[in-house]
Parts: sequence; C-alpha cells; structure tokens
Amino acid sequence: MDVILGALGDAVRLMFGLDRHLLQIVALSLEVSLSAVAIATAIALPLGAAIAVKNFRWRQAVIVILNSLMGLPPVVVGLLVYLLLSRAGPLGELGLLFTPPAMVIAQTILIVPIIAALARQAVGDAWREYQDQLRSLGASGLGAAFTLVWDIRFSLVTAVLAGLGRASAEVGAVMIVGGNIEGVTRVMTTTIALETSKGDLPLALSLGVILVTLVLLLNAAAYTLKEAAQRRYG
Amino acid sequence: MRTPTFILPLRLKDVSFLAAGRTIIDCVSLELAAGPRTIILGPNGAGKSVLLRLCHGLLAPTFGHVEWAHVEQPGERRRQAMVFQRPVMLRRSALANIAYALKLAGVPLSERESQARAALESVGLAHLAHASARVLSGGEQQRLALARAWALRPEVLFLDEPTASLDPSARAEVERIIQAIHDAGTKIVMVTHNLGQARRLGDEIVFLHQGRVVERAPVDRFFNHPASAETEAFLKGELPWT
Amino acid sequence: MDLKRRLMLAIAASILAASPAVGQQTFITVASTTSTEQSGLFGHLLPIFEKKTGIQVRVVAVGTGQALDLGRRGDADVVFVHDPVAEKKFVDEGYGVDYRLVMYNDFILVGPKSDPAKVAGDKDIVDALKRIKAARAPFTSRGDKSGTHAAELRLWNLAGIDIAAEKGPWYRETGSGMGPTLNTASGMNAYAIADRGTWLSFKNRGELTILVEGDQRLFNQYGIMLVNPAKHAHVKRDLGEAFIKWVTSPDGQRAIADYRIGGEQLFFPNYKGG
Repeated sequence: MDVILGALGDAVRLMFGLDRHLLQIVALSLEVSLSAVAIATAIALPLGAAIAVKNFRWRQAVIVILNSLMGLPPVVVGLLVYLLLSRAGPLGELGLLFTPPAMVIAQTILIVPIIAALARQAVGDAWREYQDQLRSLGASGLGAAFTLVWDIRFSLVTAVLAGLGRASAEVGAVMIVGGNIEGVTRVMTTTIALETSKGDLPLALSLGVILVTLVLLLNAAAYTLKEAAQRRYG
Repeated sequence: MRTPTFILPLRLKDVSFLAAGRTIIDCVSLELAAGPRTIILGPNGAGKSVLLRLCHGLLAPTFGHVEWAHVEQPGERRRQAMVFQRPVMLRRSALANIAYALKLAGVPLSERESQARAALESVGLAHLAHASARVLSGGEQQRLALARAWALRPEVLFLDEPTASLDPSARAEVERIIQAIHDAGTKIVMVTHNLGQARRLGDEIVFLHQGRVVERAPVDRFFNHPASAETEAFLKGELPWT
Repeated sequence: MDLKRRLMLAIAASILAASPAVGQQTFITVASTTSTEQSGLFGHLLPIFEKKTGIQVRVVAVGTGQALDLGRRGDADVVFVHDPVAEKKFVDEGYGVDYRLVMYNDFILVGPKSDPAKVAGDKDIVDALKRIKAARAPFTSRGDKSGTHAAELRLWNLAGIDIAAEKGPWYRETGSGMGPTLNTASGMNAYAIADRGTWLSFKNRGELTILVEGDQRLFNQYGIMLVNPAKHAHVKRDLGEAFIKWVTSPDGQRAIADYRIGGEQLFFPNYKGG
C-alpha cells in the first residue's frame, strides 16, 4: 500500500516537474495512439456501417469473425507486423521497422476490429429505426449508411474511445515493432515495462498513474461532448 | 415540355406475403387509381401495415406482383412518399430534414432551402425551421414528416396510422394537412383503425381481414350498408382479435 | 469505386501525415542485449559518440539470441552481444564481419541472505551450483537464449550436471530478461546468476545479495560486429564501422572504463588489436 501511495505522490511530482524526458515519452505515446485511432476510425466506421446495412451472403460469418478479432492479442499483431516489416520480410524495403509509423500500423490493425464491431452494433440498432423512412425517401444502400453514421456520430464516439483505450494500453505490439528505442520509439507502456524489469517499481507505478490519468481525461472530454450533443440534437 | 409519366394506377395481382411460416397477406388483388382517398381499415393483425409496405416497395411479395403504371428507375425522382406512425427524423434542424429529402429527390442546392421553407409554412411550422427536429413534440414531428413528404410533390402518399400516437388537437391538425395534400392533387392511401377518422378523411374503404380484402366500397355504403358479416361485426366492435 | 479510391488515398495520406515523422537524422540500428542497456552503459557511452560524430545510435535491446536473429534478418546494422560461442557461429555463417572483442564484465551468483544451500563466500562457482542442486534450493534462470543464459548453462555443464534432464521444480525458467528474472528471484527468495552491471542498477533486491563472485569462469566477454553488407545491401556500412571503430578506439575504451555505478567500475575494456 505504501508503494502505491508513494507512487501517486511521485506521479504528481513527475507531472508537475515537467521533466523533458517524460514529456517526450508522453508526447510520443499520444502521437502514436491518436494517429492509430484516427486511421483505424476512417477504415472501421465505414466497414462496420456497411456490414450493418448491407445484406450479403457471408454476413453472419463476417460478424462473428469481426467480433472475435476484437480479442486479437497485441503481441501476436506485433509479431505479424514485425515479420511484414522486417528486412527479411515482404515490406522490408520500406525500412519502417523500429520507427513510430511501424507502431502506428500495428496499433491500427489491432483496433480496427474493435471500432468496426462496435460501430456495426450501433449502426445496426439505428438502421432498424431509420431503415423504412430512409428507403422510403430513396436513400441508397451506401448513401443511407453514411447518412446514418453521421446522424449517430455521437454514440459512435464510444466505439472510438474503446479503440483509443486499447491502443494506449497495449505494450506487446509496440514493443516488438518499435524496439523500445530510447528517444525514438519508447512510449509510456514500454517505459513502464522497462522500469519494472529494472526493478524500479515506484517509477513504473508513477508512469502508470500518469498514463491512466491521461486516458481518463480523454474519456471525460469525449463524454462531456456526447452529453452536450445529446441535449442539443435529441 | 416532357409529358409527365404517371405511376398510378397501382395494381396488385394475387399478392401474398408470408413470414415465419405465417400467411400475412393472402392472395390480394387490388387496383388503386388516382383520385379517391383510399382508407385501409381492419382489425389488429389483419395485415394493413404489411399491405401498405408491399405497395410502397419496402417489402417484396412472396407471391404475386406489385405493378405500377410506370416503373420508377433508380436515380429518378420518387413519386411516392410514406409517413409512418412514429416519425423518423435526423439529428438536424426541421429545415435540414426537409432539405435532405429534397436532395435525395435531386432538387438543386439553390432551390432546396426555399422549397423546404415553403413546405414548413404550409404545415404551420415555419417558426421552428431551425429547431432540432428530434426535440419537437410528437404532433410537431408528425407535421414535419408530412411537410417533408409533401415537399417531394408525390403522386401517392401512403400513411400508416399517422395519428395513432397523437393527442386530439394534434390529430385534428394532421388531418387538416392530409386533406390539404389531397386537395393539391396527391392520391392518399391511409391505414387507420380510427373509424371516425376513416369517415372524415376517406372516399373509399378497403376492408382487410386476416390478410384478405373482404370488402371494398365507397365510404357511405361501407358504413351504412356493410355487405359482409365480418364488416358488420367489425363495425359493431365485435370482431375477435386475430 | 470513386468513393473507395478516395478512401484509400485518404488512408495512405493520413498514415504519412498523422504519424510522427521518421527522424531525418543519420542513424544506425544496433542490436544489443538487455544487460548492456539496463546497466546504463549506453546512456553513458552513446551521447559521447553522437556528439563526436553526429550519428544517432538507436539501440534495440533484446536477448542475445534475438539480437543475433535481428542481425541475420538484416534488421540491424551492428550487433553488440556477449555470447562468444553464438557470435563465432554467426560470423562463420557469414552474417557478421569485422568481429572485435570489446570489453568484459563478470557474472555473479546472487541469492537470499538466508542462503539455504550455504554457498556464501564460495570461491568456486561450480561447487556452489552443485550445492544448490543438492539442496534443491529455488533457482531462477533466464531461459531465453541470452548471453547470460548461455553462460549459466555452460556452468551447469562444468559442474557435470545436465540441467535440462536433471532439473526439478526448484529450477524456474522465466524466459525473460535479467530484470524480470531478478524480480522473480527476489519475489521467490531464489538464487540466480546475473551480470554485475544489471545487478548494480537493479532496485528491487528484496532479500537478495551477492553470494559468489570472482571465479574466473564467471568472466563475461562482449563482442561487436557489423552485419555483413554482402548479405544485406542496405546495411549502413560506413556509419556502422564508425561506431565499431570508436568503441574499440582508445577514446571509446576509456569511456567504457569511466562508467561507474556508486563508484564501482562495471565494464573492463579489453580490445586488443589494430
């Protein structure tokens, strides 16, 4: 218990000390995870919406697979992306291994299923409500899907946040494809892993507190936005 | 000037609709022509909503054909519109909801706002043009749904129990609008279980019972001289629940 | 299809634009071990080299086995590890060139103060290991094909013990780096063989303390080599060579010797040659 309380105190001191090194790690963590979320959302929202709205032959199977992919182990994704980006691998020419873009790619792959599956759920529910009216007005399959997604955009924030939570919390993927290189690919989670393995538990714990606080703040901001929109638009 | 192609009359030929093993519409043949306001009446479970959706194209018949005089091509402006029991509005302003429908109908951007405003005025909602559609009252939303349908200048307007969820004053307002739409030249096909409303708004009654058309007659004859036993029982309120 | 194509372009553009820019600075990738990194040696050594040459050294710190594998795949320019047997094989197979010995440090046997196997102060590591096995005292091994793990296995061999066949529940393989293995040893009050560098900067010691040290057989040699450009054309030969040459130069060797924790020198430079 003392260790935890001590860590909370250290965390506050670290945060307010604005240690340059720490700020750099935090900044990189945010850049990587937010980039991954942005790209994943651009892919996953239309994907989830399309599956929700269109009736095609393998639909049920696709939904089951999508839901299962939500549980992709980060370390497995990391390994697969590593094999892809390694010089000995098919995309080795790009020289992306051990760089932040590699981490963004790995995290994007990890969270696309989460956002897509949750979006499919939300859009599917909304489609049941809107379907008859939209079709009556002459909205086509894809056009109707986009209109729907835009209309329920605030409830889709939840799906995006789930993706953000997964991305900022994982360590397995970024560790393997990033290499945890000091000053280049070291993010909060890999730093926590490193400090833990060095036995510096108080420092690791403080960093953990900072990470959780950041994610908490992001979620609070998104929640407030959602509530405000709900009141305005109904 | 192009000769306008009319989609009426609508012909249903031996249309049946089955779902989950049950026959909901049983071999219905019907012709709906321009002019009279057609009311579809019947007890609960008779299949009225399903029949309406089959006509409008939201459902495909299991057997039989739904034939319009002119088949609407994709990309062509829709000549039919439908208003549902519960209005479905997008999370936008009242004006934007109508503009959206106009956009789908191919109305150029420059004309959408003026046409949408005109539609709102005709239903008395001009003062709520910029209000969020989903926070309006039930009656206001239904009037907005009618404005949206009317802005499309449809040849046929289908209505599925449009006032079932409204209080009497809102209901009266909605009935007034439906009448106005008819006066402007649109064919009305409406489902209701409200006998008084059927009398007020209808020219002819199509009586549906257990998926079959049991009787079809002009309003007066239907109510004063019912031709079948089921109709009599229904009018007396005695028809068993199906 | 127009919509789909626009979507693809948008995705490609955002990957490039949204992700943090890859450093435009000149750099080399060095595959090294967790013990070198976690001892803090690189934190001391690399800034000196970078200031002198402007070349950024990016260290990927994994176990020796994995570091050599990175070299085989061409994912690193230079390999800097501590397993002479594996290193020789690597060079013989043609994956590494310009192989040089750089420095040595030593391994130590740590264990709980309670010392159930009674090995404290023993000058003979092989004897100590025999006693630990006889007492079936808890022992944590890295079990991860690292240089430290390889050294540990060699010592069991010298003790005449076929550890793979004769291990029991007292022998715990963590399959992880030095730090996590020490964490486990600390948590279980177990013995472990560790490199002095990691031990000196390890903060979670619990009941553990150094019990056996100084035996010549605990000597731990580090070697450095360039990944063979003949096998991987993209290897940064000149920059990699610059690093190797510096590390084995009088300046580099002195920098290595200067690194201390709590006044104690960790690594002893021993490059001989021209």
